Amino acid sequence: MNLRISALKYVEEIKNGNITTEEFISKTIERIQKVDSKLHAYLSLNDKAIEQARVVDKKIKSKDGGACMGMPISIKDNICVKGTKTTCASKMLENFVSPYDATVVSRLKEQDAIIVGKTNLDEFAMGFTTEFSAFGPSKNPWNTEYVPGGSSGGSAVAVSALECIASLGSDTGGSVRNPASFCSIVGLKPTYGLISRYGLISYSNSIEQIGPMARTVEDVAFMLNIIAGIDSHDNTTVDNQKQDYLKEIDAGVNGKKIGIIKEMTQEGVDKQVSSATNKAISNFEKLGASIEEISLDMVKYSVAAYYTITATEAGSNLARYDNLRYGYDFDLEGYEFNSYISKARRNFGPEVTRRMILGGFVPSAGHAGRYFLKAMKVKSKLTSEINEALKKVDMLLSPTVPVLPFKFGEKIDDPIALFLVDINTVTANLTGKPAISVPFEISNGLPIGIQLLGKPLHDKQLLQAAYALQNTVKLPEVPI
Amino acid sequence: MIKIGLEIHCQLTNLASKLFCSCKANYREFESNTNICPVCIGLPGSLPMLNRRAVEKATMISMALNCKTPEKIAFFRKNYFYPDLPKNFQITQYDVYGHTSIGHEGKITIEGKEIRIRRIQIEEDPGRLIYEGSSEKTQITLVDYNRAGTPLVEIVTEPDFENPKQVRLFLNILVDLLSNLGVSDPSLEGALRADGNVSVKGGNKVEIKNVASFHDLEKALHFEITRQQSLVERGIPVISETRQWDDKRKITVSARTKEEEQDYRYFLEGDIPWVKLSPEHFNQLKKEMPESIASKRDRYITKYGIPEQVAEVLSSDKYYTDLFEQAHNEKNAKEIANIITTDLMGFVDTREKREKSKLTHHHLSDLANAIISNKITRSSAKTALLNMVQTGKPLASIITEQDLGNVLDESKISLIINEVLQEESNAVAEIKEKPETVNYLVGKIMKKTKGKADPAKTLDILKKKLGVE
Repeated sequence: MNLRISALKYVEEIKNGNITTEEFISKTIERIQKVDSKLHAYLSLNDKAIEQARVVDKKIKSKDGGACMGMPISIKDNICVKGTKTTCASKMLENFVSPYDATVVSRLKEQDAIIVGKTNLDEFAMGFTTEFSAFGPSKNPWNTEYVPGGSSGGSAVAVSALECIASLGSDTGGSVRNPASFCSIVGLKPTYGLISRYGLISYSNSIEQIGPMARTVEDVAFMLNIIAGIDSHDNTTVDNQKQDYLKEIDAGVNGKKIGIIKEMTQEGVDKQVSSATNKAISNFEKLGASIEEISLDMVKYSVAAYYTITATEAGSNLARYDNLRYGYDFDLEGYEFNSYISKARRNFGPEVTRRMILGGFVPSAGHAGRYFLKAMKVKSKLTSEINEALKKVDMLLSPTVPVLPFKFGEKIDDPIALFLVDINTVTANLTGKPAISVPFEISNGLPIGIQLLGKPLHDKQLLQAAYALQNTVKLPEVPI
Repeated sequence: MIKIGLEIHCQLTNLASKLFCSCKANYREFESNTNICPVCIGLPGSLPMLNRRAVEKATMISMALNCKTPEKIAFFRKNYFYPDLPKNFQITQYDVYGHTSIGHEGKITIEGKEIRIRRIQIEEDPGRLIYEGSSEKTQITLVDYNRAGTPLVEIVTEPDFENPKQVRLFLNILVDLLSNLGVSDPSLEGALRADGNVSVKGGNKVEIKNVASFHDLEKALHFEITRQQSLVERGIPVISETRQWDDKRKITVSARTKEEEQDYRYFLEGDIPWVKLSPEHFNQLKKEMPESIASKRDRYITKYGIPEQVAEVLSSDKYYTDLFEQAHNEKNAKEIANIITTDLMGFVDTREKREKSKLTHHHLSDLANAIISNKITRSSAKTALLNMVQTGKPLASIITEQDLGNVLDESKISLIINEVLQEESNAVAEIKEKPETVNYLVGKIMKKTKGKADPAKTLDILKKKLGVE
């Protein structure tokens, strides 16, 4: 039995009776037990997975199996799964057991997916390496001295290292696409509102989305079919008319116009990344797409605006963690409320604390005009710029991350590097547009991903282009 | 020159569910922390879902207070830490990008004085803190989140009141208006709360918080005016601050100065998209809105010839107008208004009595018709009414059981008067010196007739017999 099979192939194999859910889940758990001590993709595992697999097998036998057919899926640990710990990789929520399922999780369960475990992340999804996880970082399966990207690093590692078939991450500024790129898998940040956020623990709620991560574009489309669409628990969801993202996925890009974002492909881009990007462009041309260079002036301010807006919203979203109703063991007796609050909230890690301090400052009465409101202006100008660009072209292309994956500790304190890691991904979040990272090259053992950014609610067209690009390359297998 | 402004919080108690989840808006009957869900206790990952009926009710309030209403509204986060606030921010409205609250620039006139409404906004109520031993100095404070997320409408006035009496009149009118609209039941404990702000000539604005009732608000305003005026007289500056009403000592105490005011870091609540309010929205609500108190009053006067004072009293209380509207027809309207305002108001003057009352509009129309057709006297009618309120029995059986029917005709009344005049010959002898003796005699006659004689008719005949005017 090959754990490498795609979601689509898995469903076929189960339907044909070549394998059972129980066999596949058992094999997956064996795999996790074998590799995860090295990789640390998971924060917790579902100890009832095999039991649940047996139930699904029975349903399949009576031709009553849901679309996922007992497929092993992992969930980033900032998405609620009923009855399991949902920690956000934070000491603050070390003992929080969610009493409810996120909408995406209940939709997966309805289709008989098996949640094998919860994956690692930077604390509260703030970071791009998983180094800020309170429970230790995940390792890149391509080379364990390297970061896997983040914040959905655990999900990317689990998918890449065959510890599950697919995973759900969340993307606030690139947190799905960045680790997808670093671990050579596919990651989609859908149009804002396409996937319900109910049960996703908010970091910056006005720009973030849950995103599917898998080893192929068609698997991502398969996942999207199950989880996308309007939800009566999330006011910001949109009606996608039950679109089938798998249908016509092979439509190709002949006649499509692809814009190359100048500000994301030139300055500061690693040589190998640059050459991979050029190759991707020429592959698209060979497939019949036309290429045009596009300049987005506001991109240079986007990272600053991103940090200002996310800090503001984080400061508010994370205020509820006062340890009064849930959290970690802390004796609250004997404190006056204000001193209690500051004591109880000391369990946040350094990056979260930094962003919350920033979040207390940038929107404050005396400083909002200089920081928060200006950031909101950048957001709205960037949106108009990109809307103009998307009138001229069908989608925009850039490397997902301008730099190659790097080693642990290398960039954690380097603000310039920080800027370069985020610059190509935050635009999709700030403007609400869909964007996908497609694995394109392994350069000296390190993965490089290409990003496509599309028109809002044109996630399907984006998947079609990503599928076409994916099929222009044959990548080596993960060495672990 | 005294300036007083008000901030009134009105719970939309008549809604089925809370502002952002499906827990009950009527939280009062629940055990502590049982009317809660992931949304209203702000569990990680939960999201607010806006209750559109709350927007409709708030729109009605805005229209009833003659406010301008925007084409679209937005929600904001007001960020501060407090244990009764599950998310440590309150979802509210805030006019920072122009007018995005549900109402603004309204007005209401009380006794010829125009009070301007600055703003009306929709927001969520926090939970409730319960201090052990009901003192804030206690070691133990408990939190009940049953109330958290209850829909509130905040009404902010301009500082247009010149004295606490105007405040009281305004609040009385507001209570009637809100219950007439059917949006809130102001008689429920905590359903309607008001904070005030006061400034006197030569001083700064002082806000008063923690006022439990309208009655206390009036006392707090009086205290604050006196305090500020005496400071000004002595040349001591009145600083801008927030003061707490201390209900035990009946004084206000400084809570925090303006410099210590919290920065609430207001910003847009991204989880609730802007709500567009179409012209159809307003037209539909106009149709649904109940008739205003003023319009009811005018109709009662012009259509039924009900005296102005009676109409005024009747129209201001929704409980009575609902009964009246169902019970009356062209012929008996005046009589029903009369029954309600002279007798019924004494029987059902509290919330508890109203809840217990078994009276229906059928009772009222039956009773009025019986009076008009001379089947029962007004004084017997009062007895019957009380019985209806208590037992809910139909008028006919009450009349039989209590022997309230068989109204005496003039000849029978005349006979009884003669009897009484004989028995009370001493009193009759004094009638020239003491004209009020007539009332004494009427009382005696009434007693003898067991209320079955019409009082006016009786007086008429008696006076004729005594030869007095």
